[in-house]
Amino acid sequence: MLDWRWDFAFEVLPRLLLATLNTLMAAGLGYGIALVVGLVFALAQRTRYRLVTAIARESVEFIRSTPLVLQIFFVFYVFPQFGIRLSPWTAGMIAIGLHYASYLSEVYRGGLESVPRGQWEACTALNLGTARTYFRIIVPQALPPALPGMGNYLVGIFKDTPMLSVIGVAELMHTANAIGSESYRFLETYTMVGLLFLLISLPAAAGLRAFEAWVRRAFGLSR
Amino acid sequence: MPEPIAAQPKVRLDRVTKRYGDLVVLDQLSMDVAPNEMISIIGPSGSGKTTILRLLMTLEQVTDGIISIDGEPLTHMPKNGGLAPANRAHLRRMRTKIGMCFQHFNLFPHMTALQNCIEGPIQVLGMSKVEATARAMDLLAMVGLEEKAGEHPVRLSGGQKQRVAIARALAMRPEVLLLDEVTSALDPEVIGEVLQVIRGLNKKYDLTILMVTHQMGFAKEISDRVVFIYEGKVEEAGAPDQIFGDPTSERTRQFLSAVLEAG
Ligand SMILES: Nc1ncnc2c1ncn2[C@@H]1O[C@H](COP(=O)(O)OP(=O)(O)O)[C@@H](O)[C@H]1O
Ligand SMILES: [Mg+2]
Repeated sequence: MLDWRWDFAFEVLPRLLLATLNTLMAAGLGYGIALVVGLVFALAQRTRYRLVTAIARESVEFIRSTPLVLQIFFVFYVFPQFGIRLSPWTAGMIAIGLHYASYLSEVYRGGLESVPRGQWEACTALNLGTARTYFRIIVPQALPPALPGMGNYLVGIFKDTPMLSVIGVAELMHTANAIGSESYRFLETYTMVGLLFLLISLPAAAGLRAFEAWVRRAFGLSR
Repeated sequence: MPEPIAAQPKVRLDRVTKRYGDLVVLDQLSMDVAPNEMISIIGPSGSGKTTILRLLMTLEQVTDGIISIDGEPLTHMPKNGGLAPANRAHLRRMRTKIGMCFQHFNLFPHMTALQNCIEGPIQVLGMSKVEATARAMDLLAMVGLEEKAGEHPVRLSGGQKQRVAIARALAMRPEVLLLDEVTSALDPEVIGEVLQVIRGLNKKYDLTILMVTHQMGFAKEISDRVVFIYEGKVEEAGAPDQIFGDPTSERTRQFLSAVLEAG
């Protein structure tokens, strides 16, 4: 039989819950960075300036073709060689934020490309400037089709936060590892970590789907 | 080449050529439109009618030739005694004179009919929301859609969408209005309601109108002049009675009999 000890489980639960807050914070911060930088990557690929477009394109390709954990190590251990010394949190947020920014930029791009050419032409015919065309006409229409992808990556970044444990960010996985090496008990700790991830991921995914439907209605894109 | 019809034409196309790669779509086309004139542009599919309007709306660039509005080059500006491609500021200034309605309406789907009509006036003309709304409501009433002001396009019929699109274009107070087959994406039973709105528009709003259409009866009824385009050139232009009653060109004759046969 499995040697499951409830008393141990309850004893470590508070520490795990506390670490869950860190995990949520890491996911939230990282996602916030990814949302903004991803938009920069996406818009940079649409400018008339070939060099800007090429740099953005290659950066996205490069980031998407290398593993996240390598990027985390790189920012934390290699940047100091160039005189950039970062705390685990800062390094972790930069790495995971950029990583997901490159994925989100592709989602944005897909969304932007889904807006029919006639919408751009109507903007020209109404003499709207570039910024207004983007932010008042194009982005609101590009957003609903981009939301499912954006939601997937929100859940994705949340599930990838354990990788930050490799540089010592005190999120769930890091805390669970610490508990394991103190107590030599792994069953209860890792089971609870799994359950905590599940308890957050599943409702989040359902909430995101409801949000998508709401946005479509609010934007008048479905009846 | 058609003879000039006014001392200062509102719109002039002077030997305008448009090529896509090797495909010559407009071939040294020249045409003048007088202020307040209502012009119908007819011709076979692929002859370049839409291209003429798209060039005027600056959605495409001319390959060669000059388009001018009120005697001022549309997509060029004077430079060192010659003409250079216009910069953004010049284009935006010239565009304030021109409005366009599209075959597929191109309404903004995330905005209501009213929001579609006040977006440009507020964002571009700098109108207050109150003023823009009052004017947009007048225009929506003019096209018979006052009570649909709060609806999103998805809840409007094709005919209603096109009428909103006309109101939206008029809200920008254009001097030249371009209508590109505004009824050809519509069900037959709603074409009449859109044509009804277009009737007399040039007089009411002091507009010069260029209308590409396949509605020959309508073109004959309301146009000051009809221009028949064939293979990127003006094949024949004249009063509606002359073009439809006694065309001089054999091609015009053939086109019209083919269209009338098809119904
Ligand atoms: N962006 C484009 N690229 C290549 N060919 C084009 C493009 N736009 C239009 N054409 C071609 O130009 C010709 C004239 O098109 P158009 O002006 O739309 O004709 P019409 O409105 O008279 O039917 C057609 O042969 C069309 O295929
Ligand atoms: Mg056409």
